Amino acid sequence: MRQITGGVAAENRIIENPNIDPNPLISRRYWIKMEINTQNTLICIIMQELFQAFVLATRLVSDLDPELTEIILLSLRVSLIAIGLASLIGLPIGALTAIGRFPGKRSLEVLLNAMMGLPPVVVGLVVYLFLSRSGPLGFLGLLYTPGAMIVAQTILITPIVAALSREVLSQMHSEYEETFRALNVPRVTAVKALLWDGRFYLVTVALAGFGRAIAEVGAVMIVGGNIDHVTRVMTTAITLETSRGNLALAMALGIILVFLAISINALVYLFRQRGVRLATI
Amino acid sequence: MPLAISGLRYSVGESILIDNLELYVSSAGVTVILGPNGAGKSLLLRLILGLLEPTGGRVKWGKHSAGSLTRQHQSLVFQKPVLLRRSVEDNIKFILKLRQSAPVSTTAQKLLQSVHLSEHARQPARSLSGGEQQRLALARAMATSPSVLMLDEATANLDPGSTAIIENIIRKQKQKGVKILLVTHDLGQAKRLADDVVFLHRGRVMENTPATQFFDQPDSAPANAFLHGELI
Repeated sequence: MRQITGGVAAENRIIENPNIDPNPLISRRYWIKMEINTQNTLICIIMQELFQAFVLATRLVSDLDPELTEIILLSLRVSLIAIGLASLIGLPIGALTAIGRFPGKRSLEVLLNAMMGLPPVVVGLVVYLFLSRSGPLGFLGLLYTPGAMIVAQTILITPIVAALSREVLSQMHSEYEETFRALNVPRVTAVKALLWDGRFYLVTVALAGFGRAIAEVGAVMIVGGNIDHVTRVMTTAITLETSRGNLALAMALGIILVFLAISINALVYLFRQRGVRLATI
Repeated sequence: MPLAISGLRYSVGESILIDNLELYVSSAGVTVILGPNGAGKSLLLRLILGLLEPTGGRVKWGKHSAGSLTRQHQSLVFQKPVLLRRSVEDNIKFILKLRQSAPVSTTAQKLLQSVHLSEHARQPARSLSGGEQQRLALARAMATSPSVLMLDEATANLDPGSTAIIENIIRKQKQKGVKILLVTHDLGQAKRLADDVVFLHRGRVMENTPATQFFDQPDSAPANAFLHGELI
């Protein structure tokens, strides 16, 4: 039994362990050194790959590589349109469930919460079935186009926008409700006031949805097909380059994706800070 | 419009919070609602304004039952006011825009001036101090041009300066003919402002008398004990 955990300490532990079976052909010390060398080599390769990826990413970005730029722009376009549509659909649903009183409200809330965890591949599959030639929406000719990807992402993130905005607006509504009633504020004006006063929270909600959309791979792969210059976005490109063994390019794209994710989080932070500064949160 | 309450009941589960309450309040002057903690003073204001549905009985303003129709001419300043997440001025403008189509800026400035908040007009409302927030809530209530102004312990925890400003506004509103319904614990304030006193105890009206009579010679034992600072 070899108990190698790496480094000189591990080597000493094994040498001092009398229970280790002796190898009749090759000395234990040789085996240990081989393992450690293999580990070190692997670490070196990974570090080299990472370094190469960084160098490549920097070069691709600084050179404004047309292919990379096209992939990034398509990713942004698809996800921005998706979050726009999801906000248009999700915010009113969130406001309705937060403020309105109607039969089935609780069921709708439970459904929205459940739909937040929709598996992307299942959404992709359903959208595929609808948009395929033999599907009910096949006549639109959207399959394997950015339009299909927008549809899939919108379906995925609308429940997120609706459920999170409901959470935000219902809290604000319970705070404002009595004052609005005491001041005889009409219902429509009250809803508008809630949306306006909750704008910093709601932008945060939208950014969370955007973050989820841009990092999504399963659904867009199915309905978009990852066609070069047509439907290839960052996530699908990463999957492809990894399967091709082009780890450096995959990692370069990954680094850009992570950079985007960090930027989104920074934006969320800045919005919250602005809200606090304006004493609105 | 005078306020007439008959057989008013409000209960939560088995707890009866307002118990067969009868009350008549004239349409002028300052009526102070006094009573120990838990007597049902704030609850009564909410029922009077029609914010809560009573378990039984009637609340009538003139011929109309309390509700959204009567609330058009009434305003309530809460003990802990909820201000919009906007500037001081925008909090006033929000209400003014609901009530009038004319330019609202001048009216908003006048209202802020009346509560000594003009210099804070652009400041976020929620960054004001407690006393300033209370004054802003009062200005917002006045922006509705109410014929009845209700204040639920609006000067609780305020410094003497802020309290004096609010009391002056109450006096001015009274002079304009606005009916004031004031819930307070502050006996000194009640003496300074009240024309009539309604004394509540355990959800019932124990006294409804002119202020001088109440403070000089209260009829009920609970009111007497309350005026002497005893726990009732």
